[in-house]
Amino acid sequence: MSDEKKLEELRTIIARHKRWDLIFLIAGVFVLMIALLTFMALFTQMLIDGAPRLSWEFFTSFPSRRPESAGILSAWVGTTLVMLVTAITAVPLGIAAGVYLEEYASKNLFTELIEINVTNLAGVPSIIYGLLALGLFVYQLGLGQSILAAGLTLALLILPIVIVATREAIRSIPVVIREGSYALGATKWETVADHLLPYSAPGILTGIIIGLARAIGETAPIITIGALTFIAFLPPPPIKSEFPFISFEWLAAPFTVMPIQMFNWVSRPEEAFQFNAAAAGLILVVMTLAMNALAIYLRYRMRKKIKW
Amino acid sequence: MYSKNVKSTCRKKDRATSSLRYSYKRHLKEKIIELLLFLAAFFSVLITFSIVFMLIKESYIFFQHVSVWEFLTDTQWTPLFDNAHYGILPLVSGTVVSSAIALLVALPLGTTIAIYLSEFASYTVRETAKPFLELLGGIPTIVYGYFALLFVTPLLQMIFPKLPGFSLLSAGLVMGIMIIPYVSSMTEDAMRSVPMHLREGSYAMGATRFQTAIKVVMPAAFSGIAAAYILGISRAVGETMVVAIAAGMQPNLTWNPMEQAATITAYIVQVSLGDLPHGSIGYQTIFAAGLTLLLITLTFNILGHLLRKRYRETY
Repeated sequence: MSDEKKLEELRTIIARHKRWDLIFLIAGVFVLMIALLTFMALFTQMLIDGAPRLSWEFFTSFPSRRPESAGILSAWVGTTLVMLVTAITAVPLGIAAGVYLEEYASKNLFTELIEINVTNLAGVPSIIYGLLALGLFVYQLGLGQSILAAGLTLALLILPIVIVATREAIRSIPVVIREGSYALGATKWETVADHLLPYSAPGILTGIIIGLARAIGETAPIITIGALTFIAFLPPPPIKSEFPFISFEWLAAPFTVMPIQMFNWVSRPEEAFQFNAAAAGLILVVMTLAMNALAIYLRYRMRKKIKW
Repeated sequence: MYSKNVKSTCRKKDRATSSLRYSYKRHLKEKIIELLLFLAAFFSVLITFSIVFMLIKESYIFFQHVSVWEFLTDTQWTPLFDNAHYGILPLVSGTVVSSAIALLVALPLGTTIAIYLSEFASYTVRETAKPFLELLGGIPTIVYGYFALLFVTPLLQMIFPKLPGFSLLSAGLVMGIMIIPYVSSMTEDAMRSVPMHLREGSYAMGATRFQTAIKVVMPAAFSGIAAAYILGISRAVGETMVVAIAAGMQPNLTWNPMEQAATITAYIVQVSLGDLPHGSIGYQTIFAAGLTLLLITLTFNILGHLLRKRYRETY
């Protein structure tokens, strides 16, 4: 038996394994390219269909039966107001819950229950939140199909995102900061308010932006609470000319939001409406991409800048 | 910022020592704040309870009209017709078929991307590809629905001329693409948490990167990868807009992906679009459907989290 032959055999085996390595490398790049190409196709398709519709009038007109003159005025105003309610509700609640779980909670069964609960809430399908809102906000609490009901619904939906982001941001602050603060006689809350929250602000902000980006695009829960799709008026303005100058009537107003408007146009049979849908989709994608990109950039900067 | 904060804390401290009453007030304030923070955290538990309560309450009324047996075995779902049938099976079949297609796309492709990024790609490629995938995951689902109906369906119709305008196939494919980033990022996390020395051992024995990935890293990260898959399943089952737009809203007991069919989620959307009076049986059906959906996703979620917890504890 020649060693030559054995060596030859070994060489073929090694070559075969290396070939597989190469094949997989190519497959990996290929699949990544598929993901990239899909995104390009999605974006190009919307750009071709939607870009001609994008004009000043598109932003300043109400939806209409005539596709050429239909616009998204009521939709973007609705989205802005709903997001306002969502942010005002979810941000303080989420940060407070995150701070409690990370800094205050003692390790017991009840804390663990809250923790498991938060992770599970993050996995509940968004349409289930819609059903909760339909039963609780719309009928039980009598809020009706209003901006307030929609804003609260989306706030519940993004609450787990804000909580988890807050916890992770606070957790990454080294213990020495806390010890330093306590050593100077600060109380727990003073430590949290003067040190932990300011230092974790970029991380929390990242979570809030990602949460709001998610909320802007959510369609299912808003449909479930029964938002109207054809709204040719604006909610009452928040500022009035007479005393007390501020009005909260808009909270109870019926509304529509961008994704609902888009859904309405997609489900119409006429092709012209689908160009409107593409234009609305384009705006939605640009908005969510911009928000997510901002969040990713913030996180990147944070990683680079903060070295404890 | 840091020194300013230390100073402000110091000032508060000085004031505190000057007065006992202040110290008492300070203590009280601490307690009140702790209570408020606790209430905020407890609020999340309240959400879960109200979800479960609301779904069970309305479903309970529903199940007084319709027996659980009929709900689970009847092969027709026509709650809004005169001749009403309340069998959840057609909705379940639509959900299963569309999710299965989505997973056939998302799991292999997501895993391939994860292996590539975790074991093959250079630092630069990884740091560019990851945020990009994250961006893909952030696109609203309604946009994917539009894409499925107006881009993927016409494309598929060129290959299968008999494909109808709405189909489980096109909805499932797009849903699969949609959850690739979700699966790949969790799988990659699991693989990267495998300690380096296991890989080094494998390389020292002369294994290639592919052999190391398949035979060492993946088995070591098994529970994490399984968790990623299970959470992917739960995501596909609960997905709403893509199927509501691209798969049609006609309940249809079929296992054929080339047909149109409604999923559980699409049915809820369909009913919500119409004008159903509060308290009617049609209104209650969406809660019964929602309860079914919640039970399915909850099972997968709990399984997923248990598995994830296990792999976190291993190293």
